[in-house]
Amino acid sequence: MHRSAFLAWIAGALLWAAGSAHAILPIQHWQTASGARVYFVENHDLPMFDLSIEFPAGAGFDSPEKSGVASMTNRLLRRGVEAMDEDEIARRLANVGAQLGARFGIDSAGLALRSLSSATEREQGLDVFARILAAPQFPQSVLEREKVRLIASLKEADTKPDTIASRMFYRLVYRDHPYALRAAGEPETVKRISRQDLVDFYRSHYTARHAVVALIGDLTRDQAAAIAERITSSLPSAERPDFVLPPVPELRAGTTRDIPHAATQAHILIGAPGMRRDDPDYFPLFVGNYILGGGGFVSRLNEEVRQKRGLAYSAYSYFSPLRQQGPFVIGMQTQREQAGLALKVVRATLRDFLEKGPSEKELTAAKQNIIGGFPLRIDSNRKIHEYLGLIGFYGLPLTYLEEFIKNVERVTVAEVQDAFARRIDPERLVTVVVGPASSHSQAAQ
Amino acid sequence: MSVAWRLWRTASGAVMWAALALSGVAVAADAVETALGNGMRVIVKSDHRAPVVVSMVWYKVGSIDEMTGATGIAHVLEHMMFKGTHSVPNGTFSRLIAAAGGRDNAFTSKDYTGYIQTLHKSQLELSLRLEADRMVNLVLSPEEFAKELKVVMEERRWRTDDRPRSLVYEQLMASAYVAHPYRNPIIGWMTDLENLRVEQAREFYKRWYAPNNAILVVVGDVRPEEVFALAEKHFGAIPGKALPERPLRDDPPQLGPKRLVVRAQAELPYMVMGYHVPALRDPEREWEPFALEMLANVLDSGDASRLPQRLVRGERLAHSAGAGYAGIGRGPGMFYLSGVPTPGRTVAEVEAALRREVKQIAEEGVSQDELKRIKAQAIAAHVYERDSMFFQAQQIGTLETAGLSHRTVGLYLEKLRAVTAEQVQQVARAYFIDDRLTVATLDPQPLDGKRPAAPPAGLRHAP
Repeated sequence: MHRSAFLAWIAGALLWAAGSAHAILPIQHWQTASGARVYFVENHDLPMFDLSIEFPAGAGFDSPEKSGVASMTNRLLRRGVEAMDEDEIARRLANVGAQLGARFGIDSAGLALRSLSSATEREQGLDVFARILAAPQFPQSVLEREKVRLIASLKEADTKPDTIASRMFYRLVYRDHPYALRAAGEPETVKRISRQDLVDFYRSHYTARHAVVALIGDLTRDQAAAIAERITSSLPSAERPDFVLPPVPELRAGTTRDIPHAATQAHILIGAPGMRRDDPDYFPLFVGNYILGGGGFVSRLNEEVRQKRGLAYSAYSYFSPLRQQGPFVIGMQTQREQAGLALKVVRATLRDFLEKGPSEKELTAAKQNIIGGFPLRIDSNRKIHEYLGLIGFYGLPLTYLEEFIKNVERVTVAEVQDAFARRIDPERLVTVVVGPASSHSQAAQ
Repeated sequence: MSVAWRLWRTASGAVMWAALALSGVAVAADAVETALGNGMRVIVKSDHRAPVVVSMVWYKVGSIDEMTGATGIAHVLEHMMFKGTHSVPNGTFSRLIAAAGGRDNAFTSKDYTGYIQTLHKSQLELSLRLEADRMVNLVLSPEEFAKELKVVMEERRWRTDDRPRSLVYEQLMASAYVAHPYRNPIIGWMTDLENLRVEQAREFYKRWYAPNNAILVVVGDVRPEEVFALAEKHFGAIPGKALPERPLRDDPPQLGPKRLVVRAQAELPYMVMGYHVPALRDPEREWEPFALEMLANVLDSGDASRLPQRLVRGERLAHSAGAGYAGIGRGPGMFYLSGVPTPGRTVAEVEAALRREVKQIAEEGVSQDELKRIKAQAIAAHVYERDSMFFQAQQIGTLETAGLSHRTVGLYLEKLRAVTAEQVQQVARAYFIDDRLTVATLDPQPLDGKRPAAPPAGLRHAP
């Protein structure tokens, strides 16, 4: 293998592998002594590495009474450890140019580190990273400060039409399911968070047994193994065998909500529970959505709303696959006076897509883009690193990326139409319109 | 198709310019350049890490070149560039790129307009063929123009009109500059957009879209010679044009501090201070821009820098606070300080604290530890940047359209390393004076439209 063209080699091999069943992306996978799962790609092209560790510790594990605990726990990890306060942590990382990042989502949460691979820099960054994971102190005074800051941010966000729309959308789509909760919490629930809540959440969720470590960069396998041991050996030990989120209940009927707001644009969200990460319909829905509203400038929604009528700067749709059914979302913003017209166009576009499915020509174009553009998905360490975390956390096969191309290639028009018909019922959609005072959205139905 | 990269750093404090290649790593070569017979420049940086190519055509034209009453025309034209030519009809451009597995977009800034495609390396020629075609053959129909103008107005509502902090920034610029076109928003004033006509777009296109006003930047798994040959094949036959004079448009001297208030619906107040400072013109010889860059980093380059540490975490006066130096551009430079007060505190207190931080540096300088830390961060950031071909292409184009050589990339670390504590102190003393200052404040209004009973805290300010 030519040292200086590692990613090129992978991408070329993957395209070639579309017709074979062999694993090509050299993901090395093992478990640490404490049970953490490790995913490693060795790549010496640049003198740097990316490391992340994730746990089932996202906002989906919050309770309605204290929503925001998961997020605040993650936020405070780096805010003080045994014998090192937050200022010292920040200085030690900055002194070696290391970048510490938070990972926080609905299902998972954790930390990421980007560092130079040279010995001094690597050691200092890893030392801080390991200590943050092993002995966060959650200082009371820092918690009080961060609560004030977060509550202020939440109140600020609650004046914005996009936040107002998205909160209502999630509430209507998910109702009693934890996915309905706002990831950072609510002003009144954040107020209730105590230091003990954070300690408890950390102890039960940030455990080695549930940890997924992803690593890519200028490290040998031995170095990677040592790093994985080092950052997981002092994590709390698991008391619970597994963290399971309840399934998402079906929507029984469509709901439409208009929320008045003085903004010049109406913010429109339409959707329903969509699909799981391990959904058997994943590829038909993914490819189909490219045609409907995922393919940037060439999607049907963009064509009907923007190109033909100039109604919006962007109109899009996406599935956000999660452990349980993540949302299917159609979104756009348009001048408030024409919200009703825009809704009519979006609904007609969706209905037509659901009734007739994509054309063969559209499906071919979608596959050409997704498959032809596959190298763009893995053209940097950062992008491969994202995939490693995804494959690890959701337990996808190590051959996920190789099979990706084959799975896209295989999708048929009938499968797209069938998968959408089973998932998206135009009579059972949530519609939220923030903007005009009158019910433009009702009138449009 | 967005208005992107306004060259204004906010709280992230990311370094804007790249730096010299570290020795011992051979995956990427230095950029190589050539010029075609018609004056078009081609800059290629080989990066063989992935079989991908990022191709960008940068035109040295932006909102800075617009006339009074026609603000926003550079950006509207950028949108119109996707509306078809005689041989590539409306809607076809993006479909051809998509079918080749590519992604495409475009951006307009104060100083430049750029068009990007990212593709598998085997598809580079498609990108160059399409760009060469729309450089000369664009069809500008009144119907499509009218429709696209509506899209741009929606973009303006979304980017600016419904975002109070964007409005504050827009008003700050409009006030800080009196005559210089940097006073106008890139997206244009809504009142101008309402009156734009297709003839103005045609005129602007005719005047500025020419090979001798364009730079092709290609980064990726390609050899420079093959890109040069392809560029010659597709762009070589396009004749150059006599470009209009670009007048130097200096602002008249500022006569005292300026203050303004924006009222908009929000929860938290917010303030930005802009100081007129020099821009980078001669990277070999100047040191002040690098000292200003260092100053910005001492104040705001992540958790370890002064503003987050002192104002946000230590005193708990600010909900957030930031600093940034915008020094790369055809126009003048500006240094920004900004902040949001913690509930119960005021923008006046945040302003006083920001002034105090700069004053302290003017009087006492900065520590060797801080200088060392920022240099270490810059060295590391430079390595990290090379994980993104897109970013590397963007750096080259940004520098070149600002009238600086892409080789400035190689000077940045060297010059930053050479900055001394005394030099940081010197620029803090020289430029942070009231006669260079404009302060813009957001006075938040309640959502229900009722005015608050007490006078808003934002209106009181430090003496």
